[in-house]
Amino acid sequence: MIAAPGDHAALLARDFPILGFPTSRGKRLAFLDSAASSQKPQAVIDALVHYYTHDNANIHRGVYELAQRATEAFELARAKVAGFINAAEPAELIWTRNTTEAINLVSYSWGLANLKAGDAILTSQLEHHSNLVPWQLLAAKTGAELRFIEVDGDGLHKLDTLDALLENVKLVALSHVSNTLGTIVPLETIVPRAHAAGAIVLVDGAQSVPHFKIDVQALDVDFFAASGHKMCGPTGIGFLYGKRALLDAMPPFLTGGDMIKEVSYEDTTFSELPWKFEAGTSNIADAVGLGAAVDYLEAVGMDWITAHDRALLAYTLERLEPFAKRGLVVYGPKSLADRSGVLSFNFADIHAHDLASILDTEGVCVRAGHHCTMPLMEKMGWPATARASFYLYNTEEDVDQLVTGLEKAAHVFKIA
Amino acid sequence: MDDFYKEYILDHYRNPRNFGQLEQPDATAEDLNPLCGDRIRFDLKVDAEGRVTDVRFSGKGCAISQASASMLSESLKGEKLDDVARMPQERVLENIGIGISAARMKCAMLGLKVAKSAALGRLAQWPDEENGEGSPST
Repeated sequence: MIAAPGDHAALLARDFPILGFPTSRGKRLAFLDSAASSQKPQAVIDALVHYYTHDNANIHRGVYELAQRATEAFELARAKVAGFINAAEPAELIWTRNTTEAINLVSYSWGLANLKAGDAILTSQLEHHSNLVPWQLLAAKTGAELRFIEVDGDGLHKLDTLDALLENVKLVALSHVSNTLGTIVPLETIVPRAHAAGAIVLVDGAQSVPHFKIDVQALDVDFFAASGHKMCGPTGIGFLYGKRALLDAMPPFLTGGDMIKEVSYEDTTFSELPWKFEAGTSNIADAVGLGAAVDYLEAVGMDWITAHDRALLAYTLERLEPFAKRGLVVYGPKSLADRSGVLSFNFADIHAHDLASILDTEGVCVRAGHHCTMPLMEKMGWPATARASFYLYNTEEDVDQLVTGLEKAAHVFKIA
Repeated sequence: MDDFYKEYILDHYRNPRNFGQLEQPDATAEDLNPLCGDRIRFDLKVDAEGRVTDVRFSGKGCAISQASASMLSESLKGEKLDDVARMPQERVLENIGIGISAARMKCAMLGLKVAKSAALGRLAQWPDEENGEGSPST
């Protein structure tokens, strides 16, 4: 079902208590920065409170009822998130702090054990630093070569030379959706060709899993990393999905308690999946919170969220169009089909930071800067961009408020 | 912040003073604001007594960082290098003449940090963190 952007989203917005509080200037909050971190519905806040009020104890080794309840809540959340992305089994879902930690886990564990000089890692020019810096370090440590799929001026991957780029590549590491431009990366084209060339594929799904129905088995990706806090969940919890065969063969990343089967003074046997990769006491409460977030998203409907993002993006582009003659430039793919609800732009000679400061005075939250994609900004020749991003609770009213803020910026900077 | 974008700030932003680079500077430094990637470079000419005789700055950034650097550049000539190295953040805040939010403090201080770095011959601390205040710049 595709609803108009306004009605249903306005109802959903009531599930998010923070959206009901005005700013210190008395402005209605127009939160357009969900690509950085989403707001949390009451159901997730309640799940955290419920866990700490009724179920809190350390997991896995407690024999008493409370520890059993905590363990069950923790593992139930794992099963929910695994089901949400259609993993073959919950054991393929490893809790991490966030996407960055999930990618580092693969880099340190799989990467150091499997890469050597002469091998190559293939990523793209639009990656977030979290899917670039770990590979730079891995390349430096192993002698492997780091290669890039070029992107064009609209932020679309140039795939005409993909097969040549894939030579000797052991790992392809790509964002599913660009956090700066909203580009949806055509995994269905890239993944089979990467596999045919003998590479495995890691996907940074931080910007896709909150907005699209993800099926890791249909995508046939080998690793999929994401963060809970961008998908209505708490901060400090994220996950790594990996195919069992790969995870089983990998050495542990962090070591210590909870990831062992048997320890003597000399030697250790490690736990089975997924606990082999979860050393120390996990972030139990936030995992439970993420389980609640997934319940919430499934109740709203991922297909509705995808359609809503797109409808709001179309409405925004329509409202921004009249500003073009005054120097407003929108970046990223031109076709709505190629992009998610992320909109980077600049307005005349107003620096993105100044623009964000002025929008803030109107209650409009946007991000400004390089969005952790400094090489992409350098390549495109943009010192900074302002970025508005949408989620299920955003409405046309938020966009209208953005437009009011832009008019104010034009007035302050005397742009006719 | 509504009041921040005064006429003179916009004027310095759009018509920065002493903008450019010196061919053979006696002291030079460049740095960026890690929060936004904005970059500023300061070039100084210094006479035998260690006084600044000429100054240029270059770079790209927001109105606050560029106007702050432009206004600072106007007040450096005749200063002793040692005094530039010790220049407190208040100097920039007085130039700006109006309150600025914590979120934008680094924008205002980037120019001074770079000028001080040139005078010191090494990267200076953030002027707003010299007394152990402020957050670490990641």
